[in-house]
Amino acid sequence: MSETKKYWLDRSENVTKLFRAVWGVGIALLVAELFLHKHEEFGFAAWFGFFAWFGFVACVTLVLIAKALRRILRRSEDYYER
Amino acid sequence: MSADFPVALILILGAALVPLLRGRLRAAYLLLLPIATFAYLLGLAHGEHGQMQLLGQTLVLMRVDRLSLLFGYIFLIAAFLNAIYALQVEDTVQHVAGLVYVGSALGAVFAGDLLTLFVYWELTAVSSVLLIWARRTERAYRAGMRYVIVQLASGVLLLAGAVLHLHQGGTLHFGKLGLDTAGSYLILAAFGIKCAFPLLHNWLQDAYPEATVTGTVMLSAFTTKLGIYALARGFPGTEMLIWVGALMTAFPIFYAVIENDLRRVLAYSMNNQLGFMVAGIGIGNELALNGAVAHAFADILFKALLFMSMGAVLLRAGTIKGSELGGLYKSMPWTTGFCIVGAASISAFPLFSAFVTKSMIMVAAAEEGHVVIWLVLLFASAGVFHHAGIKIPYFAFFAHDSGIRCREAPLNMLVAMGLTALLCVGIGVFPAALYSILPYAVSYVPYTAVHVVDQLQLLVFSALAFAVLVRTGIYPPELKSTNLDFDWFYRVPCRNLARGLADALARSGQRFEQSVARQTMQWGGQLYRQRGAGGILGRTWPTGSMALWAVILLLAYLLLYYL
Repeated sequence: MSETKKYWLDRSENVTKLFRAVWGVGIALLVAELFLHKHEEFGFAAWFGFFAWFGFVACVTLVLIAKALRRILRRSEDYYER
Repeated sequence: MSADFPVALILILGAALVPLLRGRLRAAYLLLLPIATFAYLLGLAHGEHGQMQLLGQTLVLMRVDRLSLLFGYIFLIAAFLNAIYALQVEDTVQHVAGLVYVGSALGAVFAGDLLTLFVYWELTAVSSVLLIWARRTERAYRAGMRYVIVQLASGVLLLAGAVLHLHQGGTLHFGKLGLDTAGSYLILAAFGIKCAFPLLHNWLQDAYPEATVTGTVMLSAFTTKLGIYALARGFPGTEMLIWVGALMTAFPIFYAVIENDLRRVLAYSMNNQLGFMVAGIGIGNELALNGAVAHAFADILFKALLFMSMGAVLLRAGTIKGSELGGLYKSMPWTTGFCIVGAASISAFPLFSAFVTKSMIMVAAAEEGHVVIWLVLLFASAGVFHHAGIKIPYFAFFAHDSGIRCREAPLNMLVAMGLTALLCVGIGVFPAALYSILPYAVSYVPYTAVHVVDQLQLLVFSALAFAVLVRTGIYPPELKSTNLDFDWFYRVPCRNLARGLADALARSGQRFEQSVARQTMQWGGQLYRQRGAGGILGRTWPTGSMALWAVILLLAYLLLYYL
């Protein structure tokens, strides 16, 4: 495999395109919800876009908490071998 | 062969032939053995076969019903896929240990009594640790030692629990136990270790990433799923398990986000997936139990696929640390593709396996009105996509280009990954096939417009959260590190305490020895003075003086007699 070969993902503008495409899919899914009759077990789950914002908030929270935990939990790689 | 013949023995005895075979013959044998065993399973009639009497108790070596058959099928499918994946391995020990391991896991699944279960339970521990030690590094040796101690302890708890259960009026029959006797609590603890309950979980993250490339794939399939099987058999509907399961889904994902060793990330995500199954078993109605065991079936495949892809990366790139990898899609496009299929399956994308299995547990939790549990499981569903669905493929194959250029995985590994990927998609696209072999009849319909849109929203916006965090630089980078987990307690303070105690014991022992030695020397000196050569009691006395003393004594006696 040649080192000089350029891949589509190597160009940062293509990564941006991909990023925007995922936003496009997300918005399309929110639009799709308008045409659905939701009947969930829990009332709040039927709120518009519940799963979308839950997913987003859950992941941001997860990463921020994990990042904070790292400060407490992180040790050097050979911690147990010393 | 009659149904009385224990299925486990086909593989365990079959393993004995492996060292005698070489080359293609050995490869063919390793591939055919699981197929032959599978064919044997297909011909079995339901019922309790292979009964034996021991001390007034009935042992059942082969209990065949829908639950044991389901796990039997998937164990053998996994064994076959592993056999393909491990074809290039020359190490005979790994092949023999692998077969004994699968055989004993099967034996445990078909065991109809607690004593038979115990025997196979311990055999899985002893055979599987060889797959860790086969890495032949100091680190793997130590991790394997910790692993096998925990596993054997689980067996001891199981035996103690069984004996206590028997003593308290139960029988050795392994059916639904419930938490009625003290013995059943011990048995639950034994199962809990295998299922990696919170605080009993660390052996998993500790040992699995230290095994060989192929060994980790093997390990991921059997030990924990045997625990799930045993839990589904013995403790369905035990309410405590709902909470235990929910906790298991949530806490490992924080570790998964900051862990650098990608196989250890998968071990944490395994803990998270087991949590869904445990919660399902805790809910305990037909939908939830079907969901739990169906998810175990699907999990064995997609987790094997993910571990296979990471194993291929370790084999070719020589490292599995997120901080050293990146850009491998250029060198290993097929492995990348298969890894993404595994990632989509574990994340429960529509058309992939977990979408049709995990959702049964979610729906059961909602129908039973467990609001908090349902929210925790939903959080964990978003989290699993985040760390297993995105992080694993992203840091291994994409992210920044690490400059590593290696060969694609060996052909046999690609075939194994391809077949496993096919099964993951197959279950997602044709769920009816899996549903038809579940313990209870299934009326659940996974593909409704609402379910598909809900799930896609959850996943796409989780992906967007990841992308936004990475692009804004908030996402924590992969760093070389060890993250402290519960094992710290027994690996540092307990070890120090044990060392301190040992030192104190050694010191007091020394003092004791010294004082004993001093005393001995003193007594020895006296003894020597009295009884040594030239001592008063050690001299050879002349016979005449003996006669003289005898005469003196006799005279004294005469005198006393007359007085």
